[in-house]
Formats: sequence, structure tokens, C-alpha cells
Amino acid sequence: MFSNVIPILLAGLLTENMILSKFLGICPFLGTSKKIDTAFSMSVAVTLVMIIATAVTYPLYAYVLTPLGLQYLQTLLFILVIAAIVQLLEITLKKYIKSLYQALGIYLPLITTNCAVLGITMLNFTKGYNYFDSLINALAAGLGFMLAMVIFAGVRERLDRSDIPEFLKGLPITLIAAAIVSLSFLGFAGIGG
Amino acid sequence: MKNNKYLSYFTNGIIKENPVLRLMLGTCPTLAVTTAAINGIGMGAAATLVLIGSNLVISLLRNVIPDKVRIPAYITIIAGFVTVVQMLVKAFLPSIDASLGIYLPLIVVNCIILGRAEMFASKNSVLPSVLDGLGMGIGFTATLTLMGAIREIIGAGTIFSLPVTVNFIDPMIVMLLPPGGFFVFGVLVAVSNKLATIKGKEPVNCTGCGDCPMKDSCTKESEVAADVQ
Repeated sequence: MFSNVIPILLAGLLTENMILSKFLGICPFLGTSKKIDTAFSMSVAVTLVMIIATAVTYPLYAYVLTPLGLQYLQTLLFILVIAAIVQLLEITLKKYIKSLYQALGIYLPLITTNCAVLGITMLNFTKGYNYFDSLINALAAGLGFMLAMVIFAGVRERLDRSDIPEFLKGLPITLIAAAIVSLSFLGFAGIGG
Repeated sequence: MKNNKYLSYFTNGIIKENPVLRLMLGTCPTLAVTTAAINGIGMGAAATLVLIGSNLVISLLRNVIPDKVRIPAYITIIAGFVTVVQMLVKAFLPSIDASLGIYLPLIVVNCIILGRAEMFASKNSVLPSVLDGLGMGIGFTATLTLMGAIREIIGAGTIFSLPVTVNFIDPMIVMLLPPGGFFVFGVLVAVSNKLATIKGKEPVNCTGCGDCPMKDSCTKESEVAADVQ
């Protein structure tokens, strides 16, 4: 049961990083990676939603859609479930865990249309994971998201103070910096394979 | 005159408001599937179909859907069309389905589609909405195909799988890998910014949701800030 844990964690963190190798969640990656602390809060929120979304969508697909032969409704069902989960999570946090809500509140609504969350719930099935592996995979993907966000936020804080050619200022240099960070992650290829 | 107006709904999305390079929408599929020109066309065509369908239905229902639940309603409509397109592609173009993989169902969270629903289709009548969807879709397809072609030529030395430079230049495989995607996109945005400044327009500057056209509907940032205080 636990033999898959380490390969899945390594894949999620390094070799199959959500952002840098699967290109999921590029909007928050470019949008909220200006400062390390915002990047961190955003990633915590994403990780949380990924795990809860996986916990809910997996049984729905395996025990409701599959027996009924309705697998083609996967996209429709998952996006609605994720939207509902995000709403519920927001309301719950607001009511019971005020401090966490203050830290993560503004990021939660953005996560509904974050392709990383929908992506991970679907990838669990294309990879044929069981329920436990899927949860680990969601955690690994979330941590990988966090790793990429925090590293890149550090890079961007440096970029702000560098002398950049006029036509590359802003988004282009950010993307090229992302290319270099992503290149460094290629070096991990083969680990845990 | 009237024809010109309709024409501009259509042409707007192709260059002036190109969804990828000017509005910075749909960056995930732009980076992910463009390892070959043909994937760009496949992804673009699938998104265009969804965009036309969702714009059509949303503009028909624009007076029926209550304002408060419009985003979930839009998402449901979009997801319905994505499912249709997904099944069509699976049945008739299995090779495209294999190369797009998970990114095909992910069209549902592609901000171009929700963005156009919110910015255009919910405010305009049917014909302009369909034309807008078609124009935006063509703009998206063209950008994806261009990016796919650049990455395919440099990374594999071919275009649409026909050999171009592969016989006399060693292909740089890194262009087909994730870093190449970020790099080519960065250069494309730089070029499009340069052209925009020559024409006297602002370069795009993505600050994430701050610039997203639907930030008001999906962030509720101000609301949360008020709650916190």
C-alpha cells in the first residue's frame, strides 16, 4: 500500500511538476508569484482544495459514474463538484477558522477555475491510481505547485531589481525566467522512475 | 455600415484583441499542447467549437439566467459543450485525442471561454456573440498553430510532420520540452508587445487576476477584504 508513496511524491514534486512540466495552473503561477508570502498562501490554498477535491471526486467517479456507465459526464460533474467544494470551504473557514480565512480567503474563489485542481482529479484516473494513491498524488502535486511557486517568487523578487532590456520588461522576461527554472527541473528527470 | 460592425466583432479577436497575446487568456493550453503545429490546430478547433456553442447559448439565455448564479450556469453550459467536443474528437480524431490528452477536457476551465461569456455573450445578442466566438477561436487557433510551428521547426526540424530543416540542422529537442514552451511564449509576447507599442498601445502585463477580465466575478477580492476588516 505504501510502496507507491515515495515515487508519487518525487514525481509530483520534481519530475512531473504541475506547473513546470505539466503547465497546469499557469495563471496563478504568473499572477501571484510576485512575493514569496503570497505565493506560499496561494499554494497552501491550492494544495488544500486539491486534496479535498480528489477525496470527493474519486468515489463519485468510481462508485457512481462508472457503475452507471456515465463516464463521459466526468468533466461536467468534476467542475461542478470543485466549484461547490471551494464555496463550502470558503464558508466553513469564514465561520470557524477566521485566521486561516484571513490568510487564504482571497485565493479560494480563484481556485475554482484553476486548471491544476481539475487536472489533478482527472490525472488520477488516467494514471490508474487507487484511492489512497490518488490522495498522495494530490498532496504531491500541491507540494510541487508550492515548490515551483516559492522558488519562482524568489527569482522574481530578484528580477525586479535587475536591468532588463526595455522590450522584455514585464511578462516576457518572467516567462523566459520560468523557462530557465523549468530547465533546471529537467535535471531531475529519471529520479524515482 | 452595419456589415462593418459585424465584421469588427469577428476580426477583433484575431489580432487587436488576440486572446492569448493581448488578453493573456488560456495560457495553460498554449504552453502545454504546442509541441507540434497540428496539435495547435486541434486544440484551437476544439476550443473554437466550444466557444461558438457556449457564446450562442449564453447569449440566448442572457435574460433568463439570474445574475447571482450566472458563473455556475456558464460553467455548466461550457462543460456540456466540452463534453460534446470531447466525444466527437474521441470518435473521429483519435490521434488528436491522444496528443491533447487531459488538456481537451480542461478546455472547460480555459479562461478564454468563461471570459468571453462574461465579457461579451452575456451582454450582446446572438449574432455578434457567435461572430465574437468565431473570431476569438480563430485568433486562439492561429496563435497556437504559430507557436506549435515554431517549436516543431526548432525542436524537431519538421512542420506538420514534413521535414524542413531536419536533414541539415540537428533539432534542438529542448524546444519540445517544457522550458521551450515558456521560452517561445516569452519571445512571442515580447514581439507582440513590441508591435503593440509601435502602434501606440500598452504592452500586456499579466498580474494574474488583477488583469483578468472576469476578476470581479471570480475574485470577490474587495468583498473578502471588507469581511476581514
